[in-house]
Amino acid sequence: MKFAVLRFPGSNCDQDCVHALNAIPGASADYVWHKDTSLAGFDAVVIPGGFSYGDYLRCGAIARFSPVMKSVKEFAASGGPVIGICNGFQILCESGLLPGALVRNRGLHFVCKHVHLRVESDESRFTNAAATGRILNIPIAHGEGCYFADDATLAHLRTNGQVLLRYCDGQGKITDDANPNGSRESIAGIRNEAGNVFGLMPHPERACDPLLGSTDGRSIFDSILKS
Amino acid sequence: MTPITPEVIAKHGITPEEFQRIREILGREPNFTELGVFSVMWSEHCSYKNSKLELKKFPTVGTRVLVKAGEENAGVIDIGDGWAIAFKMESHNHPSAVEPFQGAATGVGGIIRDIFTMGARPVFSMNSLRFGDIRGDSAEARTNRRLFAGVVAGISHYGNCIGIPTIGGEVYFDDSYAGNPLVNVFCLGILRHEQIARGAAKGIGNPVFYVGAETGRDGLAGAAFASRELTEESKEDRPAVQVGDPFREKLLLEACLELLASGCVAGIQDMGAAGLTCSTCETASRGGTGVEIDLNLVPKRETGMTPYEILLSESQERMLVIVNKGEEDKVRAIFEKWDLPYAEVGVVNDDGMMRVREGDSVAVEIPARKLADEAPLYSREAAAKSLPAALDLDKFPEADCQAALPAILAHPSIASKRWVWRQYDHMVRLGATVLPGSDAAVFIVREANKILAASTDCNAIYCRQDPREGAKIAVAEAARNIACTGAVPLAVTDNLNFGNPHKPENFLQIREAVEGMAEACRKFDTPVTGGNVSLYNESPAGAIDPTPTVGMVGIVEDAAHITTQFFKSAGDAIILVGEPGDELGASHYLLAVHGAKAGPPPKLDYDKELAVQDAVRSLIRSGLVKSAHDCAEGGLAVTLAESCISGDKMLGAAVKIPAGSSRADIPLFNESQSRIVLSVKSGDAAGVLAHLEKRGVPASRLGEVTGGSNLEVTTAGKSFSWPLAQLHEKWDATIPTLMGE
Repeated sequence: MKFAVLRFPGSNCDQDCVHALNAIPGASADYVWHKDTSLAGFDAVVIPGGFSYGDYLRCGAIARFSPVMKSVKEFAASGGPVIGICNGFQILCESGLLPGALVRNRGLHFVCKHVHLRVESDESRFTNAAATGRILNIPIAHGEGCYFADDATLAHLRTNGQVLLRYCDGQGKITDDANPNGSRESIAGIRNEAGNVFGLMPHPERACDPLLGSTDGRSIFDSILKS
Repeated sequence: MTPITPEVIAKHGITPEEFQRIREILGREPNFTELGVFSVMWSEHCSYKNSKLELKKFPTVGTRVLVKAGEENAGVIDIGDGWAIAFKMESHNHPSAVEPFQGAATGVGGIIRDIFTMGARPVFSMNSLRFGDIRGDSAEARTNRRLFAGVVAGISHYGNCIGIPTIGGEVYFDDSYAGNPLVNVFCLGILRHEQIARGAAKGIGNPVFYVGAETGRDGLAGAAFASRELTEESKEDRPAVQVGDPFREKLLLEACLELLASGCVAGIQDMGAAGLTCSTCETASRGGTGVEIDLNLVPKRETGMTPYEILLSESQERMLVIVNKGEEDKVRAIFEKWDLPYAEVGVVNDDGMMRVREGDSVAVEIPARKLADEAPLYSREAAAKSLPAALDLDKFPEADCQAALPAILAHPSIASKRWVWRQYDHMVRLGATVLPGSDAAVFIVREANKILAASTDCNAIYCRQDPREGAKIAVAEAARNIACTGAVPLAVTDNLNFGNPHKPENFLQIREAVEGMAEACRKFDTPVTGGNVSLYNESPAGAIDPTPTVGMVGIVEDAAHITTQFFKSAGDAIILVGEPGDELGASHYLLAVHGAKAGPPPKLDYDKELAVQDAVRSLIRSGLVKSAHDCAEGGLAVTLAESCISGDKMLGAAVKIPAGSSRADIPLFNESQSRIVLSVKSGDAAGVLAHLEKRGVPASRLGEVTGGSNLEVTTAGKSFSWPLAQLHEKWDATIPTLMGE
């Protein structure tokens, strides 16, 4: 399976994503420049983390106008899998490919640490390699990762099983203490209604090597490979 | 143009003798712009005029040294298989005192540029920070907290955005830094041997390109500002603090690396201190050529800027690139790809002059080498040496040790820095295999498949009491921290922070510290690859404690060797490598409990130190060591407590420490050097001790990891039991609580 890893000016997890994906048997990854307009030959799209366009104005607000995003929208409309990680999640929300928004963390500080995530549903092409209820240990690193959506949107996400990951404690309990950024309903990752676009704040590419303390991030990429 | 009067000359920090020298160099009177150019190039920050004669004492050569200190923007060290590292530390003390967020942020930006100017991809950063006391409600404490929060936020902002992980460092709090914080930032980059880029203007007729941010009036003459004492009026110097844009720098970084890989570049130099001035005259001087530029062609952010302002601006995120003639279009295409402003501003010529034109009129014409490399050098007067008398223990009776350990752990200098490094993205680039909070950071450089360990160290109380011994210990401790991770030290960079060198007592400190550090670097076979000198660190209250900070890098040969400081399993034996020690002088116990900086620092014995480090490294390589923690501030008690509480799960321990008297504070809190606490499998303990004995390294089995919820220590006929929950609370919550969380 061939992954396109987008590079915006200011992307900084692009190399990490390519490195992590190329280490997974059956996966290969290559960069796609933001000024490019074609995703031909790719089976999946990764929008990596970073500070696209310096995150000026609002995180992801400028990247959505990049030429490549038109192709990403077409790719998603045709059912291709798209995963947005951290800044990539913010870009997906700004582009309207996912509902809601990511706002400043509750504590106002940038937070970099390992967190626990509970898999809310394994019936998705991004979590099918992890059982529902499984607890994943994957790091976060963001200043604006507090997921916000209005009550109606949240209800809609719940009803459709679109919430794939929630922040939890080591035992899998959803608590306020285990919520690192104040996200509504402890949401860490959601998919779109069609099920082929996924955004998450944690960095699965940083949890694919035992030397980095966890390999739980593999289950996200393995899921994409499986589907 | 402003006439040159004695007042104008003095205001530029130029002495009458220096002015005379300028006239001799030019063979005429300098104009106002030229005076400004000389003043920044001959400032301490750019010329090291007060410290260069001392810095020559450092060892700078070694089998692994590819580029020596002072030759280029950063030294380059071979790490094998065709790979090399470039690393350096730099200060941004004065800007951070005036505007902590931007001061620290642009410090990070500056050091990163120094690294990619060498052709290296920056892969990680660290920092060494010092502030006044942040405890209490005084106006001063509030100011110190504001500076601390601002500096950490600035580093976090710049480092996180550009995507270079900040993986470690140190933070100390002491009254001597009130009003004059220290912000020393370190960056390391990776490159292939053949990728080393030079900051020389080579090739007569080659075009000179300017790339990066437009020039504005920000940071006017920051180098000169950094070479003065801070006063109340310094706040009015705020225009001398630059404003950073990490996004711009990220584009510049990627464009420059792409440019260097294209083979179009004859020379490259960042515009840091003294901006366009420094980069033009230094590249010309290194190339043995001249450089001529036209200021009308320089991209500018503001209108009506004078040549003086353009040349002395320290606007950030700018580079000067000398391009091989004929390759201009390739270069333009790369800059355009990365949406960077650029302009062809000049040409390399053969007359050895730095010539700056503004259209048809010549604004500056100075022999480049004389300006860049022939600043006057001074050996200032040093005071007579006087060392503190032996510590009078009667003046410091044994404190309640049960209360003393939590109190020391709660001292902001010892307490956990989690509040700080949580704000830094330390995981980007997939390298941080040992996260911040252990003795040294350990980082996997993915490009090269090499594992590096890095540590910054300086105990300024030691240096205050005895700068020579303190500087030696800074090197030894850095090497010990590196050894504890399983690594071999390679080389060091340093950041020498002192007060005004014109004061004989300060100059003595500089000389003593440099000589001590130089000697230690020879002993540990770690050449100095470069660094930075920051003088004039004074506030109205006086000079800072001398702070010669060491940044050391080592290499781990095998991932299986990577070792951390926290205990791993109940039942493991705890072994002290080294002697129990008895030196309380200059200790953090005296500071935190008795409120004193008193007595001589511990003595460093190189042979003992090297034997301890070699032995621990050898045990680690044999796979026998489960944890290794260097014994430093707070002594054995703090070392043991940290091994119990700093890991993912807390594990209690029970130990007996031999004592030489009935006082328990001496065995618990003395800071004698050359000690490392190991934990090993119980069944391996006898073999480990036998190995150490065979090497002639003193060692003893102190006890074991109980896995319980207390740290239990018996010494000097007394028994102590500290609940880990209490110790952890004191150690972990102090800084977040002080910072209002």
